[in-house]
Amino acid sequence: MSIAPAVSFDVEALRADFPILATKVHGELPLVYFDNAATTQRPRQVIQSLVDVYEKHYANVHRGIHWLSEQSTDLYAEAREKARAFVNARQPEEVIFTYGTTEGINLVARAWGDANVRAGDEILLTEMEHHSNLVPWQQLAARTGAVLRYVPFSQEGLLELGELPRLLTGRTKLFAFTAASNVLGTINPVADLVRQAHEVGAIALVDAAQSAGHQATDVQSTGADFLAFSGHKLMGPTGVGVLYGRRELLEAMPPFLGGGSMIRRVTLDGFEPADLPARFEAGTPPIVPAIGLGAAIDYLRGVGLENVHRYEQLLTRRAHEVLASVKGVRIFGPAPDQKSSIVSFTLEGVHAHDVAQLLDRQGIAVRAGHHCTMPLHKKLRVAATSRASFYFYNTLEEVDRLGPALEEVKRRFRRT
Amino acid sequence: MEDIYQERILDHNEQPYHRGKAPRPTHAHQDDNPLCGDFVHVDLTIDQDGKVQEAWFEGDGCCISQAAASMLMEAIEGRSVDDLKRFTAEEMLKLFGPKLTPNRQKCCLLAWRVVQTALYSPISSAGPRGPEGDA
Repeated sequence: MSIAPAVSFDVEALRADFPILATKVHGELPLVYFDNAATTQRPRQVIQSLVDVYEKHYANVHRGIHWLSEQSTDLYAEAREKARAFVNARQPEEVIFTYGTTEGINLVARAWGDANVRAGDEILLTEMEHHSNLVPWQQLAARTGAVLRYVPFSQEGLLELGELPRLLTGRTKLFAFTAASNVLGTINPVADLVRQAHEVGAIALVDAAQSAGHQATDVQSTGADFLAFSGHKLMGPTGVGVLYGRRELLEAMPPFLGGGSMIRRVTLDGFEPADLPARFEAGTPPIVPAIGLGAAIDYLRGVGLENVHRYEQLLTRRAHEVLASVKGVRIFGPAPDQKSSIVSFTLEGVHAHDVAQLLDRQGIAVRAGHHCTMPLHKKLRVAATSRASFYFYNTLEEVDRLGPALEEVKRRFRRT
Repeated sequence: MEDIYQERILDHNEQPYHRGKAPRPTHAHQDDNPLCGDFVHVDLTIDQDGKVQEAWFEGDGCCISQAAASMLMEAIEGRSVDDLKRFTAEEMLKLFGPKLTPNRQKCCLLAWRVVQTALYSPISSAGPRGPEGDA
């Protein structure tokens, strides 16, 4: 094993911030939570921020001419500023609060897509996309007659970048891709992909759902035109996400959802939309979840994304070693240094759901199934995989438990 | 909690009863569980008296879905169509044995669902999907 990178945080101290990690499952087993790619857990600082808002500052935002509403509005604006700094957007108006990555991508497909995409235009995606970055474009293609194209991935689970010159052409209107695969773990070269999209005049959308909590996000240095992520995958509450959009693009887009807040003026004959960001935040926004997301961003900043990434590399390397030592395990995706903290695998002769169920009996929570990537699994020629995904509060000792736990699964299935 | 992965179930999973194609099926159906991609295809040979002479299945999926299919094939041969139409999900779970969480009940009930539709799916009128269908 290569030299362990310096980790400048105390994992045990951080774990103490996460009350749920002390849970005993099935009565007596310490919880080993390896389902972080589905959703992370939250530290008490985030939980407390929600309690504080509800106990001390809560009212609706923007409208109330009263003290509480001003407090709530200020906190909501502060959360937007934190999100802006988090993705390094130029202005807070470029940050739209959504309910999650899915809404962010749908918003772009609807509002930008319907206004800009015509029959025969091409949308480029990759074969490793989550359904949330496939279906909205399939719907757009069905509405407009646009054509979808896909960047394939290789045996090792890396995008076939050599195919890009063939696939990115003057017909390509948009290139939408994930920053990190939720199954293969592959970290894609975001800045390079954006640059190549821009070279043919296409817009680039980055699905940052799996990367935002694990590596730095910088829309200016990567040049991303749109970028979406969910709060709950980086310790924030569910029900809130961020869509970053370049100001010129957002300003030229018609509103997505209609209703309160997103208007400047309404008559019986029609409406005039509000300015950014309210234009894309119809109805009462996710006020408290957004404030909680702000607290999660603060917490993550305290830990340091650089530290998180380095430490997760350590966990992922160890996971590869441990899994490779179990006979019958097949690991998907590239080598650990090209991966985020996601390790998907199959165990010969035992279905992924049975693996997950028997790991759960030993206190280890993993996900099994197609992980919302049916085309990816079809290409891998497996119906389902088991997925262990880590966060900075996981330990090497927890990762080590996968080995004997899988041997126990094999023993139960009489596969030893 | 009762053990799902008990010998009887592992045996059905590894050495299933009537896994394959029926020689002369009269009824067939296939369906999948979109949650996990498991699929089961069932061939039934129903005689003139309305009795299931033979029941065969093919499929791919977790131990529970495949063992349940095997148990079901064994259980329905010799029974009448009218009788089987009244065979409830509750009874299927009972036939399987160990108590299952709601998510895993879907695995267990996959073959049962397919059989319930197969009873109404004569091969002549509506061609069945092959087992290679997009599961």
